[in-house]
Amino acid sequence: MKADPIGVATGSYYIDGDHACAEGAIAAGCRFLAGYPITPSTEVAERVAERFPKVGGMFIQMEDELASMAAVVGASWTGTKSMTVTSGPGFSLMMENLGLGAMMETPCVVVNVQRGGPSTGLPTLTGQADMMQARWGSHGDYEIIALSPNSPQECFDLTITAFNLSEQWRVPVLFMMDECVGHMTEKVVIPEPDEIEVLPRKYYQGDKESYRPFKFNGAADLAPMIKAGDGYFIHITGLTHDERGYPIINAEAQGKNVSHLVDKIRNNVEKISIFEEDCIDDADVVVVSYGISSRVALKAVEDARAKGIKVGTLRLVTVWPFPEGRIQQLAGKVKSFVVPEINMGQIVLEVERAAKGKAKAILVPHAGGWVHDPDDILAAIEEGAA
Amino acid sequence: MSETEQEFTETLTIPPPEEDLHHPMEQYLRMERLPHIWCSTCGIGTIITAFISGLQKSELDREKVAVVSGIGCSGRAAGYLRLDSFHSTHGRAIPFATGLALGNPDLKVAVISGDGDLVAIGGNHLIHAARRNINMTIVCINNFNYAMTGGQAGPTTPLEANASTAPYGCYEFPFNLPYLAESSGAVYVARWTALHIRRLTNAIAEALLKPGFSFIEVICPCTTLYARRNRLGDGLDLMRFYHDNAIIRHGADTREVDIGFQDRIIVGKFIDKEKPTFLEKRDQYLKSKLGEQFIPYKGPNDGH
Amino acid sequence: MSYWRVPLDIQEIEIPHGDLHIIVERCKGCGFCEEYCPKDVLEMSTDFNRKGYHYPNILKQGACVNCNLCEMICPEFAIFCLEGEPRHPDPGEVIQGGENREG
Ligand SMILES: Cc1ncc(C[n+]2csc(CCOP(=O)(O)OP(=O)(O)O)c2C)c(N)n1
Ligand code: SF4
Ligand code: SF4
Ligand code: SF4
Ligand SMILES: [Mg+2]
Repeated sequence: MKADPIGVATGSYYIDGDHACAEGAIAAGCRFLAGYPITPSTEVAERVAERFPKVGGMFIQMEDELASMAAVVGASWTGTKSMTVTSGPGFSLMMENLGLGAMMETPCVVVNVQRGGPSTGLPTLTGQADMMQARWGSHGDYEIIALSPNSPQECFDLTITAFNLSEQWRVPVLFMMDECVGHMTEKVVIPEPDEIEVLPRKYYQGDKESYRPFKFNGAADLAPMIKAGDGYFIHITGLTHDERGYPIINAEAQGKNVSHLVDKIRNNVEKISIFEEDCIDDADVVVVSYGISSRVALKAVEDARAKGIKVGTLRLVTVWPFPEGRIQQLAGKVKSFVVPEINMGQIVLEVERAAKGKAKAILVPHAGGWVHDPDDILAAIEEGAA
Repeated sequence: MSETEQEFTETLTIPPPEEDLHHPMEQYLRMERLPHIWCSTCGIGTIITAFISGLQKSELDREKVAVVSGIGCSGRAAGYLRLDSFHSTHGRAIPFATGLALGNPDLKVAVISGDGDLVAIGGNHLIHAARRNINMTIVCINNFNYAMTGGQAGPTTPLEANASTAPYGCYEFPFNLPYLAESSGAVYVARWTALHIRRLTNAIAEALLKPGFSFIEVICPCTTLYARRNRLGDGLDLMRFYHDNAIIRHGADTREVDIGFQDRIIVGKFIDKEKPTFLEKRDQYLKSKLGEQFIPYKGPNDGH
Repeated sequence: MSYWRVPLDIQEIEIPHGDLHIIVERCKGCGFCEEYCPKDVLEMSTDFNRKGYHYPNILKQGACVNCNLCEMICPEFAIFCLEGEPRHPDPGEVIQGGENREG
């Protein structure tokens, strides 16, 4: 399906990542946003608050992030594409009902413009230290999809991808920006509506009696949804449930329910994963990065090549699910991976796990507040090539 | 003893319904999920029958009524009702319901949940939804404790009542829920007990038909925990207590309806006033500011 | 319905009559129905159902007026009453009446 023209502000703009993200959401057909102000993500909500009344959308500023996330899950069950936006402590508060969204297999998008933590940390300065929280933040076992844009243009494009993925996989999709990308102003081109591919929700059509809101087969053909108010009298719960949505409190039901939540993503990593590679073929060292760090790393890669080091890059566009298989393949060929990230070591652990000792994984940490010095990344590349 | 009465000394068995005869509420219940989890002489089931009767009485299209619960014994309500029903997280029934109510303005959303769920962990959501006058009906089942987790003290536990985390009695001041709801902005506020089923039924029908945020507190026996810990007998004894100690006072000043331990319970319809709902206010206001540019929200947008 | 004297038009008065039904195995023996039936129609059995609860029996045959209170107050959806053939009251019955105990 093509984007509804009413939400697409076709043109060429000079805007920051937060604003581009808001435009991406509106273009994707999002018409419900519940949020609570927090730096550095507030601009997304502000732009939506201004634009929604003119495109038939519903914006509500809730009393906190617990409420925001709960409202988004509720709104999504009315059939409206829904999102929320937050940073830092707000992301922590969303974890409870992010789990609800995962358990209820509810499509929605959660934008986290990352800042430095823990706690109130660095409200106005960058960080990438919520990457593991994105994966594991709510209690219990589930899988999630997370994307990490590295430019305002991607904040537009990938927000649309995030909505499409959430509909396709019936899962909350986390849009893991960082303060740098959020506040970076660059040229953003918003294409014509008929150039924007939007995935509509898959609805059930059939008799009401045989409708099942869930299908626990861990496969890509997920149960189609219906909307509240359609007369199906659905029951949807955060408790462990069966395919009818009815609570069942025992180990067998848990096995079926949770395996499905995990398998529908794990069995389809290839279909979901998006990453970009460059100069991989003859590389001794591969720099694995995401978000703003992938742009800082380019300078280090350039310098390393100038020094004759065979270095390639792998940029994670979807960080979760992690492209374990690809890293495993590369691990047989390259000497080492260099992982610069604005945290004290998160995604590097995934790289290390996937490499299974066949290649080194070298972390270039940064505690947050600013981006890496490219020379630090260069030093790690040199170490990895040695 | 009259002659007629003498005939009644032998009891008769009540016949079971013939096969095609059903309990009139069965079509509103998820029969495949019964029996429900509630204890013998718990009042929650009675409140569910009142909800169903109230819904019938309101004559709302049941396909356009959704119910949301949080977590707790009371929070299990949604799971038994054959309506679109959602069982959210502890305390978040109201924001979840806000998403439904705003996401599809044609829906009437009812929240049925417990005192702990709605007023402790969910208290902030309660007052804000009331302030905004979101179109929803709250049925707050007040059994004076956190029953599901074993009878701990909560925001409504009366002073001196015993609870598992107040083993020497409760020394925290409780909330007066009608006062809280009214001062937060609710347009309809009532309190009944599980014994006042007809009046409760009427209140539920009225509240469901009332545009905006309506709040009904229902005092409900928790036999297994609250009654037992406080040596109050069983649910029937509590019903008898309500009978003897409930005072109907419509229009009472909500500041004066607080509840003490085994004290009188003032019940009635306290507030019923008019105020634009969140959506009415929003649409009218934005229209006045944006004129033709304003496009009201119409619900799901992908052609379904 | 209670009068201080036998009404002259007693033959025209029709007392609604209810046909009671119970799903015995659903009953959890709370006694709400017995306690609050305005006509004292019900009495808890001495027998147990399979769950081990006493369930209500009819004590006063024909006295049920189909007020549905038992149906409404039952927390288990176990008892219900449908409209039966109305009947004419006995003179003795109308002046005694029953107290409505729903508060
Ligand atoms: C975030 C969170 N904290 C605590 C709990 C545990 N919990 C479940 S139900 C409940 C209390 C429910 O009390 P109330 O809402 O009064 O319902 P009742 O059981 O009394 O009907 C608590 C504390 C939970 N499920 N989630
Ligand atoms: S514990 Fe209390 S509130 Fe919960 S079902 Fe039993 S009697 Fe009812
Ligand atoms: S319908 Fe009314 S009169 Fe008949 S048994 Fe029930 S409560 Fe009693
Ligand atoms: S009210 Fe219902 S559960 Fe209670 S005794 Fe009567 S029939 Fe049984
Ligand atoms: Mg309670």
